[in-house]
Amino acid sequence: MARTSTAARPSKQTIPTQDKISIALTVNNVERTLQVSPWTTLLDALRDHLELTGTKKGCDHGQCGACTVLVEGRRIISCLTLAVMKDGAKVTTIEGLAANGALHPLQQAFIDHDAFQCGYCTPGQICSAAGLLAEGKAKTVNEIRELMSGNICRCGAYPNIVAAIQQAMGQTGEKS
Amino acid sequence: MINFQYVRANDVADAVRHIATDPTAKFIAGGTNLIDLMKDDVERPSRLIDISRLPLNTVEETTDGGLRIGALVPNSDLAYHPLVQSRYPLLTSAILAGASQQLRNMASTGGNLLQRTRCAYFYDTATPCNKRTPGSGCSAINGLNRIHAILGTSEACIATHPSDMCVALAALDATVHVTGPDGERTIMFADFHRLPGDTPQRDTNLRPNEIITAIALPAPRFVTNYSYLKIRDRLSYAFALVSIAAALELEGGTIADARLALGGVAHKPWRDTGAEAALRGQPANQATFTRAADLLLRDAKGFEHNAFKIDLARRGIARTLTQAANGTPQSQADKKVR
Ligand SMILES: Cc1cc2nc3c(=O)[nH]c(=O)nc-3n(C[C@H](O)[C@H](O)[C@H](O)COP(=O)(O)OP(=O)(O)OC[C@H]3O[C@@H](n4cnc5c(N)ncnc54)[C@H](O)[C@@H]3O)c2cc1C
Ligand code: SF4
Ligand code: FES
Ligand code: FES
Repeated sequence: MARTSTAARPSKQTIPTQDKISIALTVNNVERTLQVSPWTTLLDALRDHLELTGTKKGCDHGQCGACTVLVEGRRIISCLTLAVMKDGAKVTTIEGLAANGALHPLQQAFIDHDAFQCGYCTPGQICSAAGLLAEGKAKTVNEIRELMSGNICRCGAYPNIVAAIQQAMGQTGEKS
Repeated sequence: MINFQYVRANDVADAVRHIATDPTAKFIAGGTNLIDLMKDDVERPSRLIDISRLPLNTVEETTDGGLRIGALVPNSDLAYHPLVQSRYPLLTSAILAGASQQLRNMASTGGNLLQRTRCAYFYDTATPCNKRTPGSGCSAINGLNRIHAILGTSEACIATHPSDMCVALAALDATVHVTGPDGERTIMFADFHRLPGDTPQRDTNLRPNEIITAIALPAPRFVTNYSYLKIRDRLSYAFALVSIAAALELEGGTIADARLALGGVAHKPWRDTGAEAALRGQPANQATFTRAADLLLRDAKGFEHNAFKIDLARRGIARTLTQAANGTPQSQADKKVR
């Protein structure tokens, strides 16, 4: 998709800026208060303000799924979400999936099935898969593939990703 | 993305008040289209009015046996709502054919109607585009126009409306409920989106100071014989080249009533009541389906790279009507076209 360089912008901005807004987020069960600009995305808030760099920026346009996180337990695209709009929300990132020193079943399954190569898409894949398990709509391999299609893997680890999710489904009591 | 101010609306009246006092402001719901366009400087609102917390997020039965869908119901919740799955399966199917589950979790019902075209020139502020900058010209007419329209185009713009959900809503006779400074009004779905004409900057007949509050559906029909077939460059997570919503009411082997609407072919969801009339009273067979397709496409006009869409649509219509007649709707998970 075509990008616009900053040079193409009109030089004079007449729009007044607004002071930073104070918001509260519960990120991985920890309450955090942060000052964000209205245009700060949730992705940038996580990575740049809270230094949680596990969540990745791929396309920044909703097209790759690398930035997938869970908000109130639902998977969403954090690059197209404004942080201010999620004031008060509960956010779970890849850093928050392991509990009491034990990997999340999906993390273990991704290791068991070698479900990545470079690993760049993996945090998004795993958060997306966690959302998929919570939704409970995917029962068959075709349904897993379809409902994971929002996560692109440039290394093409798809077959192993599907196998890992199937394994995790078994562990969490879902039919595979 | 330019700097902008942010304000949260307290209720519908508050939202309308905000938009009426600032013509350069915009509502934001799921943000999946608006933020994307703002990042590319295509949309440059001075202020965003956050409507995402307004209580417009319920799906309710209406007294006439229909359904009233709040404008903020997420696309995913709507697709999986038990009343939608059981009574309007065509709508469920069309929604699940679009975007990805993450995006459907964010995208709102109202925002889906107002999503803008995916024409690459519209997104590229370095190129002329009448929709983005009226009077600057259309780069697509003699440019890369593979994804562009074949029906209802004008010399000013040949863009398509990219929504899947709206194709089903057009076929199902939905109405759009809006509120503005002068009160509420209802817009028939067929009158909601516009053809480009010489004002392609206007996608819809929604006034700039109006908010969509709900979409209403009439009492359910076409629960058995329906299909939504989406044809695209990859099997998922891609916009339609051509998509077809077909719904039939059969009496024996005869078509008692029919609905036929297309996506990816025009500036609006393309429903053709003439083609529907040509199906009515006819036997549900290939000859009938092909005749309806030919009728629907009678004025289709291809451009350098998209003429293939005419034949694709013709075959797709016949295929989708066959799926509907057989009661074997296209699965959005198993992609085989049967
Ligand atoms: C990568 C990608 C792939 C996609 N693929 C598909 C696809 O295959 N099929 C498909 O159909 N869609 C697809 N989409 C588009 C998606 O469905 C839309 O972006 C979404 O429906 C828009 O809803 P929203 O709530 O996020 O709108 P927003 O981005 O919040 O708003 C869009 C516009 O609507 C206005 N608005 C929002 N709500 C209201 C209201 N209640 N009243 C008045 N104005 C309002 C806003 O001011 C804005 O101008 C895709 C999107 C992305 C990013
Ligand atoms: S087709 Fe429409 S949106 Fe695309 S360049 Fe032409 S005027 Fe702009
Ligand atoms: S970075 Fe958000 S979808 Fe690609
Ligand atoms: S593992 Fe490299 S992009 Fe998926």
